[in-house]
Amino acid sequence: MREITYVEALREALREEMLRDERVIILGEEVGVFEGVYKVTQGLLKEFGPKRVIDTPISEIAIVGLAAGAALGGLKPVAEIMYMDFLTIAADQLVTHISKMRFMSGGQLKVPLVLRTQYSLGRVHGSQHSQFFPSWFLQSPGIKVVLPSTPYDAKGLLKSSIRDENPILFIESGVLYRTKGQVPENEYTIPLGVADVKKKGEDLTIVAFSRCVIEALSAAKELEEKGINAEVIDPRTLVPLDIETIVSSVKKTGRLLIAADDVKSGSVANEVAMQVMERAFDYLDAPIVRVTSPELPVPFSPNLEKQYMVSKEKIINAVKENFGL
Amino acid sequence: MSELYQILDEEGVVNKQLISKINLSNEQMLEMYKHMLIVRILDGWLMRLQRMGRAAIHAPNEGQEAIAVGVAHASEKQDYFFPTYRDLGLMIVRGASIREILNRWLANSQDPLKGHEFAIYGGRKYNIVPTTTPVSVHLAAATGFAHAAKIRKDNLVVFAFLGDGGTSKGDFHESINWAGVFRLPIVYVCQNNQYAISLPVKRQTASETISIKAVAYGIRGMRVDGNDILAVYSATKEARESARNGMPVLMECVTYRLGSHTTSDDPSRYRTQEEVEQMRKKEPLRRFKNYLISNGILSEKEEQELRKEIEKEIEDEVKIAVSVPPLPVQTIFEDVYSDMPWHLKEEMDLVVKEFEEDHQS
Ligand SMILES: Cc1ncc(C[n+]2csc(CCOP(=O)(O)OP(=O)(O)O)c2C)c(N)n1
Repeated sequence: MREITYVEALREALREEMLRDERVIILGEEVGVFEGVYKVTQGLLKEFGPKRVIDTPISEIAIVGLAAGAALGGLKPVAEIMYMDFLTIAADQLVTHISKMRFMSGGQLKVPLVLRTQYSLGRVHGSQHSQFFPSWFLQSPGIKVVLPSTPYDAKGLLKSSIRDENPILFIESGVLYRTKGQVPENEYTIPLGVADVKKKGEDLTIVAFSRCVIEALSAAKELEEKGINAEVIDPRTLVPLDIETIVSSVKKTGRLLIAADDVKSGSVANEVAMQVMERAFDYLDAPIVRVTSPELPVPFSPNLEKQYMVSKEKIINAVKENFGL
Repeated sequence: MSELYQILDEEGVVNKQLISKINLSNEQMLEMYKHMLIVRILDGWLMRLQRMGRAAIHAPNEGQEAIAVGVAHASEKQDYFFPTYRDLGLMIVRGASIREILNRWLANSQDPLKGHEFAIYGGRKYNIVPTTTPVSVHLAAATGFAHAAKIRKDNLVVFAFLGDGGTSKGDFHESINWAGVFRLPIVYVCQNNQYAISLPVKRQTASETISIKAVAYGIRGMRVDGNDILAVYSATKEARESARNGMPVLMECVTYRLGSHTTSDDPSRYRTQEEVEQMRKKEPLRRFKNYLISNGILSEKEEQELRKEIEKEIEDEVKIAVSVPPLPVQTIFEDVYSDMPWHLKEEMDLVVKEFEEDHQS
């Protein structure tokens, strides 16, 4: 296998799917001539031309709404919203319209649409360019939500998302763009709704989302040196959630910590916790612990942003303080 | 509406008929030039501070100085501003010190916004509302501010800034429509600098001009050479009067962004160096300086001295600002609400404790 970056993995997925299916188009701000502000779409305008890689005006409502229309019209749009923060601009399209099209039409309409976006927490972008709120979309049944943490997952999940028949919200992590990982040369896909056990362990279960998977893995490594063996699970998709993998891990370890970059109230961590309570309460040896962002807007100042964020240290501290390990 | 209002041509040659209508003393003109020069030099420093890893980001103002400076000079003290991230001149004209601006950009412990926000300015005491970083989101609030002013009979005008790209957003259209319906005291200052990151303005709109959009909304459109500070000044005076009398204005200022979009962009991907050099000939400082010198208001020597003086002052201030200590961690818990609810207090105590432990070990 070879090592490529998260960005390269995403780009390969887009390119391969565009080659495979001519209905796949890309639209968004700066995706063409500029090749994406984070270079995910590098080379694609050159290869596929301006009919399939469309630079749009600064019109988030239109990007998302038009992509849905184009999906109804027989294309497979991959729309990009530059920052997750700007999803809120198009929330009406996504939440109130797109998520319900299939349902409202009694199954006659389908919206095979991928909405790619990224959250920039950790890149000193301030409170209006760093938000992460995946749990909002738990309230919009009809949308699948994908959160890749590694180049391998990013590629395999994006390919599956493009082939899926449902609207998909594909949330990337900006700080992970330059991270590298093993990705096979050969074609592969990863089914949506299947968690990945990133590390095996017996003493406790850590469920982590997106960027926090990386923090959880380095915390697990350090804990291992102290003789504590954590199992790290990346659900990879929030909707649908692979609760079985999580529950069977908790049944084995008896302890659960959930790490996510959103703020504590209403965090994705809460949904995981509740589902585990419903299915494995009797197996828990200790209360479930959440490590999330504090309930504040993301501060801009670099040193303060660092303090704000979930980190390896915060996970280790939480393990020590709560599990008596 | 598609005609370009200009008083100084590219070489600084003045239209005598038009200038006779402006009431500006030599002192005021010198002050305007000085402010543009401060913006130019400070802008260069903010770019450098970013490259040095001191400031996180900066959106350069180079080439657009005449707009914010000209508009602010033509405003009245009680007027309000809703800027974008590229309007440093507003801060300078409205009285912010270089020290304050540097502290803001470096988000250090003397930053008046307490490190809470992007490298964007604003300050209630200057009547400048800190901007939103998502494009055009502030326009609705600016319009609401003007609506409040009308209801309260406050004798003020709101100046809301945006870029050409900002006109593609619904916020813009809903706002100017509203301003038209309620005849609000507001001037929308659109800086048409030809690009929105890499996209040329014709990729944002098929309208012949931006000012022409005013027609459909029943407000007044004006189109001004944004590199001509005298034209900006005079048009703003007129726009202000119009807005105050119930006819809101969309004032398009035609300009050119000489620098990159922000410190994280490479413009050679989407435009040629020749184009930039061609446009540099039209830049606002050179033209105004030519005018001032050829009319005996400023000498070449005085200009050099002024430049040196500003450079020295900024350099000294940079030295001070970089040594100001960082913000204490608890400041992030401030200003979320007017009072701190229990759950934030609990979290603050935890974070402060962890921070102290980390720094002891
Ligand atoms: C709602 C929203 N979409 C996208 C962006 C990303 N973005 C930042 S600046 C910019 C271009 C803005 O262009 P323009 O309005 O012309 O202003 P300029 O930067 O040229 O001054 C874009 C697309 C953003 N900040 N907000």
